[in-house]
This record gives sequence, C-alpha cells and structure tokens, in this order.
Amino acid sequence: MDVQTHRGNLVMNTATMAYRNLLKTIHNPDRMMDVIIQPIMFMLMFGYLFGGAIAGNVKNYLPTIVPGILIQTMLSASSGSGSQIREDLDSGVYDRFKSLPMAHIAPLAGQLFADILRLTIAATTSLTTGYIMGWRPAAGLGGIIVSGLLAIFIGWAMSWIFALLGMLAKSATTVESFSLMIMLTLSFLSNAFIPIHTLSKTMQVIAYMNPVTYVIIAIRQILATGHWTNEAFLVLMFGIMIVVVFAPLTVWAYNRNN
Amino acid sequence: MMTMKNAIEVSHLTKKFNDKIAVNDVSFNVKQGEVFGLLGPNGAGKTTTLRMITTLLKSSSGTVKIFGHDTASEGKLARSMFGLTGQYASVDEDISARENLMIFSRLNGLSRIASKKRTEELLEEFSLVNSADKSLKNFSGGMRRRLDLAVSLITRPVLIFLDEPTTGLDPRTRTQMWETIRNLVKQGSTIVLTTQYLDEADQLADRVAVIDHGKLIKIGTPQELKQQIGGTSLSFTVNDLEQINSVTKLVTDKLGAKVSVAGQRLSTNLSDIDQLSNLLSSFRQNKIMINDLTVQEPSLDDVFMNLTVGKN
Repeated sequence: MDVQTHRGNLVMNTATMAYRNLLKTIHNPDRMMDVIIQPIMFMLMFGYLFGGAIAGNVKNYLPTIVPGILIQTMLSASSGSGSQIREDLDSGVYDRFKSLPMAHIAPLAGQLFADILRLTIAATTSLTTGYIMGWRPAAGLGGIIVSGLLAIFIGWAMSWIFALLGMLAKSATTVESFSLMIMLTLSFLSNAFIPIHTLSKTMQVIAYMNPVTYVIIAIRQILATGHWTNEAFLVLMFGIMIVVVFAPLTVWAYNRNN
Repeated sequence: MMTMKNAIEVSHLTKKFNDKIAVNDVSFNVKQGEVFGLLGPNGAGKTTTLRMITTLLKSSSGTVKIFGHDTASEGKLARSMFGLTGQYASVDEDISARENLMIFSRLNGLSRIASKKRTEELLEEFSLVNSADKSLKNFSGGMRRRLDLAVSLITRPVLIFLDEPTTGLDPRTRTQMWETIRNLVKQGSTIVLTTQYLDEADQLADRVAVIDHGKLIKIGTPQELKQQIGGTSLSFTVNDLEQINSVTKLVTDKLGAKVSVAGQRLSTNLSDIDQLSNLLSSFRQNKIMINDLTVQEPSLDDVFMNLTVGKN
C-alpha cells in the first residue's frame, strides 16, 4: 500500500471519527455541560461573590477572574478527553473499530480533533460571559482572540495528558474523579482567582511552581497590553513541549492497548 | 459455486494469559461457503479463538490465514475480507441506527454517496427503517443484534464471524436471526459462528468444532458427531409385566443389541431405523402390546456431554 492512500485514509478516517464524537455530543447535550454551563456558572458565581472582597468591586475583579475561569474551563474541557477515550476502549464498539481496515490511530486522532471544537466552544463561552458582565480588556478584540487561541492550544496540549491517563486508567469513573482532582488543584493553587501577593510565602512558592500560573500571567499580559510578550512565548513553547512529550506517549499507550 | 479453497486456515493457534493457557494448539480449516460452528461451554476459549482469528487479539503462537493472507503480516488486507459481529453489540449506543451505518460505511472506505445508499439498503434489509433515527437506548436486544449484523455486512464480506449471535435473545428473535444467517449462506457467504447452544450448531452449521478447556476435542459434521456416540435410541413400555422377560429376549435376538429394563420400560439402540418395522411386526405376531414408544436421534447435547464428560 503506498503512503499517499494511507495518508488520505488517515485524514478521512479521523474526520469521520471526529464527526462521530460531534454526533455523540449532539445526542447527549449533557456532554456539553462542562464547556457551556460550567464556565457561565463559575464566571457569574466567582465574579459576583468574590469581586467585592478581592478587588473592591465586580468590574475591577474581571481582569483577574476572566483569564482564570478561561484556563480552568480549558482544563476541565480537556479532562473530558480521557474519560471519553476510556469509555470507548471499554465498549464493544471499539472491537469493531479494530476489526475495520481503517487507519488504526483514527479513533484517537478523531477524539483529539473533536477536542479542539469543545475547547473552542468553552473558550468562547467563558470570554463572552465575561464580556456581558462588563469586562473590557485594553487589548480589544484582537487581544481577546489571541489570548483565546493560546488558551485553546494549552487546553489541547493538556488533552494529550488526559488522553494518556484515560488509556492507563482502569475505568472511565477513575479517570473522571482523578481528572477533577487535577483540575481543581491546578486551578485553585494558582493566580486564577486571587492576586498571588495575598498568599503566605509558602503558598506563593507553591503557586509559582504551578504552570497554570504562568499561562494566566501570559494571558493577562496579552489582554492588558495587546502585545505578544516573552511570557506568552514561553507558555506557547511549554504547550508545544507537552505535545512533543505526551503525544508519542499517548500513541504508544494506545498501541499497547491494541 | 462452492470450491474446495479454504477461507480460513488456523494452525497451532495458542494463547497464554500469564501462565494460564486459554487456547491450546488449535488447528482447523474452514472451507469456502460453509457454516462452521465453534461449540463449547462458557470459558472454553471460543471467543478467544475468534478474537485471534479476527486480529483483535495477538496470539502467543500459531498462524491464521484468511483467504491465504497471514493475519499477522497482512492484517489490514485480511481485515478487509471479513465482517465481525461481536458478543456484545458493537455499535455506538449514543447515536442512531442510521448514523451508525453511515459512520461505519465511511470508515470502511465507502464514499459519502455510496455510504448513504448502502445505509438505506441495510436499514431496509434488516427491517430497521422505522426506527432508523431513534436512539439505540430504546432498541430491543433483537434490534440491536440486527443493526450489529447489518454493520458487519456493509462491505458485503464473503466471510462473516458471528460471536454468539443469539445469546440472550428470546426464541422468536432467535429464529429470525437464524433465518437471516441462512439467507447469508444462500448468498454464498462463509460463516464462522461460536455458540454454546447445541441446537443452534445443529440447525446452522455444516461442520462443528467442539472446544473445551482451550483444546479442540472433536471436529466434524453434526451428523458425524452424533454417530460417534451410537445410533438412534429406542424405548417403549410393555403393557403386561409378565411378558417382560420374553420381550427382552425377543428384542435382544432381533437387534443383537444390549437391552436395559427399568420396570416395564425397555430401552435399546437401533443401528438402523429399518429394524423398527421388523421388531414391531414380530411384537404383533407374538401378541405383545406396547405403548409410549419413542425413537430418538442423539442430540448434540448427548455428544457434548459425552465428549466433555468428567472434564469439568
């Protein structure tokens, strides 16, 4: 079989698998909870509950909280990838995929392709909710789009880690609870919801060890200045590194499952 | 028409899970156009064998050839030649029957237009048109199996694997499933099915391989397997208890077979069904009245019990 047909096959199969994931989502709107309802809810609750206490009023708190919720939502959306993959691997339908003369990496590729869509929906929902609450970043629409794309990319990079987790875990429930733990720890032990200088020294050290903190710093900078900063560049590199390290690991684990 | 070419050649297939041997040196051929049954109790290794043949599971040793293509080195080519229906419905629960057929058609390499056409054909063929757009969650077990089989037949494979196609189905749906399978045979398909139901193997299979504890115990037509454990059994009740000894003697003389007596009931084996009319006419001559006469072919159940006796 020549390489060209093989590659064409892979692209087509991946598109079909992504379409399948999309259909599953349409038939089960509750799958969209974490990318639509959750960011709206968190944005409203955090904004109106803590705005006064942390920043004096809601409007002043928005530049802090919007990037925070945005990244938290990315983490939560990308963690869905793992449980989805585990669910698929455990179901009879997966045997069928394996018995088909298709590119055998397509189910995994389709999942990660569909993740981009989920992440885009999640990012759009978070940013739009912030905007409705009165958030007007200095960088304007261009800055909002760039920071949104950066967030989506970081979320997508995280999807590979969660996908690996899904492959190694025993059941979808294990993946879900483990992912929730990671998501909560990473988003709360950072600068997502609070200015870091309000923390005790020890807590500051922990928050600065958390990569999420740097992602949020970079996104806030883009939104405040409208410029692509060094921090943003480092975060982008960090995302690329995650993909470079975890994509082969995930593919390896996937092949091992076969 | 039917040629003698082998559809499948399995040789010395073995699967070890850690130190437990699930399938032990199994070899058999499946001829083109035949229905081949893998028969055995739960956990005998039927499904493991099938999963290895269909490339879902790597074997520990041994080879499988599908239409001459080694599944280990030419997996993709081999996979394009068969359809598989697993033990558990291998269709997507969350999407509709039509969407399932569309997606699997596309994954099988059909174009969008061809996929649409094939989907409609299969929905029609498997009487799923009315529920084509309903969620599978509302499907009955029988509908699910039908869809599952329909998905396996998208590419009109000449070789079809069915893993316990009727397990868990009610008798009516089971009969429908048998009918569907017979239709496939009429169209010239080669079918390999696993089953734990002996009557199913008897009804459908041209040849049966009996598997137990991972080993192939016996292989042959259902007829051959049945003959193995002796001929047709005959039993009847003698009306007059006082005649029992003379009747026993008469039957022994006539048939030359061993006769067992329990109260007024006699049972023995017939080597030939023609012996029966001779026997009955000699009863009439000797004024012997009998009733409750039964003549029974051995069932595959008997064969199975006989072959696996004492091993479980």
